[in-house]
Amino acid sequence: MENLKKELKEKIIENLNLEDIEVADIGDDDVLFGDGLGLDSIDALELIVMLDKDYGIKLTDPKEGKSIFQSINTMAKYISENKN
Amino acid sequence: MHNKFYIQSYCHIKNNQLRLNGDVIFEDRLNENLKDFLKSAYKSQTIKYSKFFKMDSLSKTSFLAAEIILKNTTLENENSTIAIVFSNNAASLDTDRKFQESINDVDNFYPSPAVFVYTLPNIGIGEISIRHQLKSENAFFVFENYNAGFHQNYENILLQNNNSDAVLAGWVNVDGENYDAFVYMISKKGILEHTKENLIKLYKE
Repeated sequence: MENLKKELKEKIIENLNLEDIEVADIGDDDVLFGDGLGLDSIDALELIVMLDKDYGIKLTDPKEGKSIFQSINTMAKYISENKN
Repeated sequence: MHNKFYIQSYCHIKNNQLRLNGDVIFEDRLNENLKDFLKSAYKSQTIKYSKFFKMDSLSKTSFLAAEIILKNTTLENENSTIAIVFSNNAASLDTDRKFQESINDVDNFYPSPAVFVYTLPNIGIGEISIRHQLKSENAFFVFENYNAGFHQNYENILLQNNNSDAVLAGWVNVDGENYDAFVYMISKKGILEHTKENLIKLYKE
């Protein structure tokens, strides 16, 4: 699980072009959207594509994203439970 | 009705340089690719706007030019309405190609939303407007080359009709590693009269 969390942080930084942010700057429980890491709606769509492309998980209901993408912990939990 | 308007300041981004009113304000001979040049140019201007890194090269170039002009221009009052009129040759072709590459393979079909949002040339105007809270007239035109006569006429109409107090305008072209930006501010006061001839002269600097 710890490896997955680190991998997610690296992918988020690279795929979402988070310049000046390093893996160590993202806490496992940090809020990813809004006041947290400051991700926006386009980033949310990129994360949905990332789930599909890298983990084979298709998010059929975008509303699910709100709870899945809350933090690195919630993402890692969802991926480990649903990964194909 | 005001008939005479002036170029208040102008900026060039080309040949690995940022220039303001003809003076080199940043030069980077180390980075040979556009992405790295734009990153070092951004950092040289001590701008704090993390969304910059999410933009495509056309929007980054437009954004940088606007930042340099707006930081170094004093308008008559804080609430001045600033219109934006940009043009170029390649529209958003640079990003259109990148997006097309991401959807070429039917077996590996993952279109990127973050790339898709930049598949229009006027998105750079949107980025500038968001950054500076501009709710003004704007337009983006595509020409073979920088069309000073059209720009001069269009910008004058905007100012004469009192649609705007000032116009941020110019040519911002990016295609692969080729880039060329000439952006200027037009208002009622300035350093040089807003004529076709002066625009051509400054563009060629």
